[in-house]
Amino acid sequence: MLRRRLNRLLGGDERRVDSRTVYVGHRSSPDSEGFIPPKFCDNRIVSSKYTVWNFLPKNLFEQFRRIANFYFLIIFLVQVIVDTPTSPVTSGLPLFFVITVTAIKQGYEDWLRHKADNEVNKYLVTVLEDGQRIRKESEKIKQVGDVVEVEEDETFPCDLILLQSSRDDDTCFVTTASLDGESNHKTHYTVPDTEKDLESLSATIECEQPQPDLYFVGRMHIYKNNQEPIVSLGPENLLLKGATLKNTQKICVAVYTGMETKMALNYQGKSQKRSVVESINAFLLVYLCILVSKALVCTTLKYVWQGKPGQDEPWYNEKTQREKDTNLYLKMFTDFLSFMVLFNFIIPVSMYVTVEMQKFLGSFFITWDKDFFDNEIKEGALVNTSDLNEELGQVEYVFTDKTGTLTQNNMEFIECCIDGFQYKHRDASSELDGFCVTDGPVSKLQQKAGREKEELFLRALCLCHTVQVKESTEPCLDQVDGLNNQVDGLGIDGDGLGIDGALSHLEEQRGFIASSPDEIALVKGAMYGFTFLGLESKTMKILNRNNDVEYELLHVLNFDPVRRRMSVIVRSSSDTLLFCKGADSSIFPRVRQEEVERIRLHVERNATLQEGYRTLCVAYKLLSAGEYAQADAGLREARLALQDREEKLMAVYNQVETGMSLIGATAVEDLQEEAAETMEALQGAGMKVWVLTGDKMETAKSTCYACRLFQKSTELLELTVRTLDDENRRREEKLHDLLLDYHKKAVQDAPPVKEGVTSWSSSQDYGFIVDGASLSMILNSSSDSSNSRYKNLFLQICQNCTAVLCCRMAPLQKAQIVKMVKNSKGSPITLSIGDGANDVSMILEAHVGIIKGKEGRQAVRNSDYAIPKLKHLKKLLLAHGHLYYVRIAHLVQYFFYKNLCFILPQFLYQFFCGYSQQPLYDAAYLTMYNICFTSMPILAYSLLEQHICIEVLLDNATLYEIAKNAMLRWRPFLYWTVLGLFHGLLFFFGVWYLFYNPALQDNGQVFGNWSYGTIVFTVLVFTVTLKLALDTRHWTWINHFVIWGSLAFYVFFSFFWGGIIPFLSQQRLYFVFANMLSSVSAWLVIILLILLSLLPEILLVVFRKPRGPHSRQ
Amino acid sequence: MASSYNAKEEDGHHSGAAGHGGAGADKSRKPDNTAFKQQRLPAWQPILTAGTVLPAFFVIGLIFIPIGIGLYVTSNNIKEFEIDYTGVDSKSECYACARNFSWNSTTPCTCSMNFTLEQPFESNVFMYYGLSNFYQNHRRYVKSRDDSQLNGDPTALKDPSKECEPYRTSEGLPIAPCGAIANSLFNDTLELHYVDSNGTKLEIPLVKKGIAWWTDKHVKFRNPNGNTNLTVAFQGTSKPVNWGKPVYELDPLDPENNGFINEDFIVWMRTAALPTFRKLYRIIQKKSSTTPTLPSGRYILSITYNYPVLSFDGRKRMILSTISWMGGKNPFLGIAYITVGSICFFLGVVLLIIHHKYDNRNTSADIPN
Repeated sequence: MLRRRLNRLLGGDERRVDSRTVYVGHRSSPDSEGFIPPKFCDNRIVSSKYTVWNFLPKNLFEQFRRIANFYFLIIFLVQVIVDTPTSPVTSGLPLFFVITVTAIKQGYEDWLRHKADNEVNKYLVTVLEDGQRIRKESEKIKQVGDVVEVEEDETFPCDLILLQSSRDDDTCFVTTASLDGESNHKTHYTVPDTEKDLESLSATIECEQPQPDLYFVGRMHIYKNNQEPIVSLGPENLLLKGATLKNTQKICVAVYTGMETKMALNYQGKSQKRSVVESINAFLLVYLCILVSKALVCTTLKYVWQGKPGQDEPWYNEKTQREKDTNLYLKMFTDFLSFMVLFNFIIPVSMYVTVEMQKFLGSFFITWDKDFFDNEIKEGALVNTSDLNEELGQVEYVFTDKTGTLTQNNMEFIECCIDGFQYKHRDASSELDGFCVTDGPVSKLQQKAGREKEELFLRALCLCHTVQVKESTEPCLDQVDGLNNQVDGLGIDGDGLGIDGALSHLEEQRGFIASSPDEIALVKGAMYGFTFLGLESKTMKILNRNNDVEYELLHVLNFDPVRRRMSVIVRSSSDTLLFCKGADSSIFPRVRQEEVERIRLHVERNATLQEGYRTLCVAYKLLSAGEYAQADAGLREARLALQDREEKLMAVYNQVETGMSLIGATAVEDLQEEAAETMEALQGAGMKVWVLTGDKMETAKSTCYACRLFQKSTELLELTVRTLDDENRRREEKLHDLLLDYHKKAVQDAPPVKEGVTSWSSSQDYGFIVDGASLSMILNSSSDSSNSRYKNLFLQICQNCTAVLCCRMAPLQKAQIVKMVKNSKGSPITLSIGDGANDVSMILEAHVGIIKGKEGRQAVRNSDYAIPKLKHLKKLLLAHGHLYYVRIAHLVQYFFYKNLCFILPQFLYQFFCGYSQQPLYDAAYLTMYNICFTSMPILAYSLLEQHICIEVLLDNATLYEIAKNAMLRWRPFLYWTVLGLFHGLLFFFGVWYLFYNPALQDNGQVFGNWSYGTIVFTVLVFTVTLKLALDTRHWTWINHFVIWGSLAFYVFFSFFWGGIIPFLSQQRLYFVFANMLSSVSAWLVIILLILLSLLPEILLVVFRKPRGPHSRQ
Repeated sequence: MASSYNAKEEDGHHSGAAGHGGAGADKSRKPDNTAFKQQRLPAWQPILTAGTVLPAFFVIGLIFIPIGIGLYVTSNNIKEFEIDYTGVDSKSECYACARNFSWNSTTPCTCSMNFTLEQPFESNVFMYYGLSNFYQNHRRYVKSRDDSQLNGDPTALKDPSKECEPYRTSEGLPIAPCGAIANSLFNDTLELHYVDSNGTKLEIPLVKKGIAWWTDKHVKFRNPNGNTNLTVAFQGTSKPVNWGKPVYELDPLDPENNGFINEDFIVWMRTAALPTFRKLYRIIQKKSSTTPTLPSGRYILSITYNYPVLSFDGRKRMILSTISWMGGKNPFLGIAYITVGSICFFLGVVLLIIHHKYDNRNTSADIPN
């Protein structure tokens, strides 16, 4: 103790100590004289990046770390320092604009973060101080060691150790839905041996320093009566910040606070994902090369030209003294820089800001989409990273989690099969029979199993579980009584009315808590005849028709994944019964064989091909007194065994669960709404869907069938432990053989894909199934050479299969797979969708991570997009993603194009002005071109364009497929560049020919260089805008407004700048524009050039075969 | 990156289901069903097909070809006469003047050239001087002016802009007008004489008003202190180094054409776009409707040769031209219009044929579907 304190005093830095000591309630331990409160951080959560004070410098620093911004800053500085043709304003203003807009955006995002932080920090919690309860804001829990009281449905304000619970059994239930998305309740325990009277409790907790992993180890010293009992603490005592308390009221002590909570520690370090549109960097490089070479050509030619006599310094144009004094090489260098500055507009500053704005604003359309709004959870889509909108349109591989994503964690009792007869639970609205018979096994319609069997079956469902009933806050027995009567007439015959209403009533009052959601579904399902009222001291109360029945719960034979079944032994008034439920494969061998066949039919149909329900078989066994006594003795003995307890228990379980008779089977709906349609659409869009799940193969496979990922015709290639286990050979060899075999089947024998013709429909579909163990053998094979070879084989097989199922995966393996595909040839775009913490790794790994679901608020933070339901994925990808990709691709290409044909005339002009860096356009035009005249139409286009309207996109999934980033490849880039060159040449030389005789007015007066530039610029602005207008397929009023508006603005601005206002009369452009308009020739040449520039475009449009249905019909 | 930090939202949510406070909150979360937010704004979806574009091609062709022909004819009807008087050639009358040019000579060198107009110039004739290989668009040159000084700003008059260097001050005094452009003002004097059948020289009256942009003359260029007594107004300034006389003596006879608002000066100050250019010098007004402005016959161009161009291999020309509604003679526009119009028309025909064939194929291909 003393050493530790010394350590703290000497070391100062608390982090050097590998454990921390927490004084519960800040009461010093009796033996430590002079209590020094240790310094811990307070409970304030800070996820924001900036404060009001450091925003400006910090944000500027961050922004100039971007290479593009830095480049523009350099250009700006060159302009300030060197005598350059354009004033620093021309590049300073756009840069300022960009920086400001980005700063505003980041400021806004940080403000949101501040708001979220405040919400957390101002959350009211109850703190016990000196025996008094004080409500305080969460951030004011100053100290580690404060004692906090948390009530039901409250969220833990920080990481806590549970000291006391209001429940008798010293437990509490917690949902970590907001941490990892798991909605089931977890049990946590109080620290044993703590006194009930917390005020007199004097204890210290010794635990590790804060660290991100969720494991927790600690010790608690309790001081009472000079004894010092030491209690060990584990993760079961630790309540994590962000989790929600259910069911209990309890008191705990803070151990980690604020930024040191495990949640906050886990949140840090989310990597920044970059979009492939960053491939514009390659284009940028090309343009940078063009820029540099232009500058070099001009500089060289300048000095060649100046070498001729009389040209460098004619008498009418002498150099200043300073120019004469400058060193020749320095002058060459500054000339080079000047040219760079003159042509720097070719790399558009504003492209970055427009792209940013497009992404930022564009993401709103996703959040605004009401199709993504889910009425159940009252939430729409959430966009966490607006950078990736267009990635959604390029996805080639979809990795999906099964549990909770393809399947729903909320299970619904769909049908059951009793003694071979099928019962279906219909929708409440369709028929008022809650429960009605649909069909028998072999067209024995309207036949039902015997009433006894039905009752037995329902009773089994009602009893065989570990569900707990949550006490409703206001128990109203009257209503339950009233319900008794209502439920009375209902029974399994289902001839009563209003059962659903009654049930929903009941559900409202009664919450069930279970470790697995299907148990709840079954218990609820059994409500058609029996209602489970609760477990009270080993007695299960069941409401059957009109009378309560009590069963004494004798034993619970717990579920475990190996046995895949569970049983209960109960004693009713008359006899002792064993009920057992479990997976078909584990039940069937243990029941009398003659009963099996009738039910197997249903089970198999349900499980695989059609519905993909989750099925469980139910069996029972009547235990005679002797049998029971034997079982009871066996169980007790096994439970008390000190060694090999598990194995002994297992043996007894197996022994007891034999010779049962099968009653029936249940089917629980588990699939997400429209999961199959969504998957089909994704596959139709050319995406490869991989299911990565931690689940076992059988269930995963049935889900795949249900989602129509596997069709009946699909040939399954299995690479699992089962297929690998061959008694003759080693696994590695078998793996090798299988891989080669499958490779031959799927890759080599597959017919080569013909261009254009889709032959896949005729050829064989393959589905590939691999499990975690086999995968790790492939990925972590011992020898390096075979490792990469296996990996390649594996990848090739996978890529040729329509669907891949990976089961029994660890979360890390999921990420590994994603990484493997991501880094494979052609680096395809990957998308991961999941719902919980076990998917976070793969979500972070993939290009786009999507979180589905209502829960998992913390998992949501790790994702890029969050959608309420799986079915929304279809629209997100097919409509939004596709449109955003087309939009941004067009945006990027257009930007390069418009700046190329903007700057090319300026370059050409150098050949006619003695390479003197004379700008062709006025400074105002240079500055405003990208900011005002041409920026808005493309922004509107990139937000609103629907080259194919949304409905059509959704209906024809094939439209989604744009091969491998096709619109941002070199070919379209080349096309746009050539178009830019063509336009630039046309503008310049068209006007050049006109200026062969500069007397263009009917009064014989002549035009000068500024008129020249203005004519070129006018043609340029109009052409570039109209080119976009030609490309626009979806003209909303906004497009009209913006396109015609910016042209009008250009004209207006030119008049204004041309000196309508007197104070601009000293402008060099004074009345140039107005004079230009007074010349018929100028008009004619402008019209001619615009038309000529757009002519090839129109021709192309005509010749291009119209693709896809464009209109809304 | 809107983030919700904890499950508080969820909490509000639970309670909201019971109380009514939550209902409003829920509503606000639900996206508005507006056409804009749902990307369902009514939109016009034009589809450019051969059907819509074909008529456009024909229309363009039909409009452009006549315009082009009109332009071409107009341009061809414009009479233009050009004579180079640089004096490079030893046979040239101005050879001596060109060779013996010196900045310091006090007596101007004059020369005269004979030429014959084959055809009479009917309407107003515009007299231009043309310079070649003269980089008026050189950056150093273009910026070497002070617009506020030229606008009559008294402070700029005394303290011209730095841009004017090295023509900013001379002998300690500020130069008015400063800068390289003003300094290199074209100062040849051109006179035109008609030699009639008797051999007598008749001087043709040259009008020097209306050669500059109206706005330049009346707004952009202003004399300091108005037009009253320019000698006083320009006191304390120096003439540009290459000028023979100060700015207030550019046209002593006409106060409306003196100083900064001298039209020759204004015309010069509007820098040309290309190194070969022409500038309006004088206008020869039509006298009567019956006689041509310049009848065909022999003419003498008398030049006061002040402007050296040989040092930079430049050329000087005198151009006589009539003007049409489209300006001076320039066949480019007419030819361009005719070409583009023909191309459009031709394309229209080709497209029509292709479209016709393609359409047939298309419809026949559609049938099996």
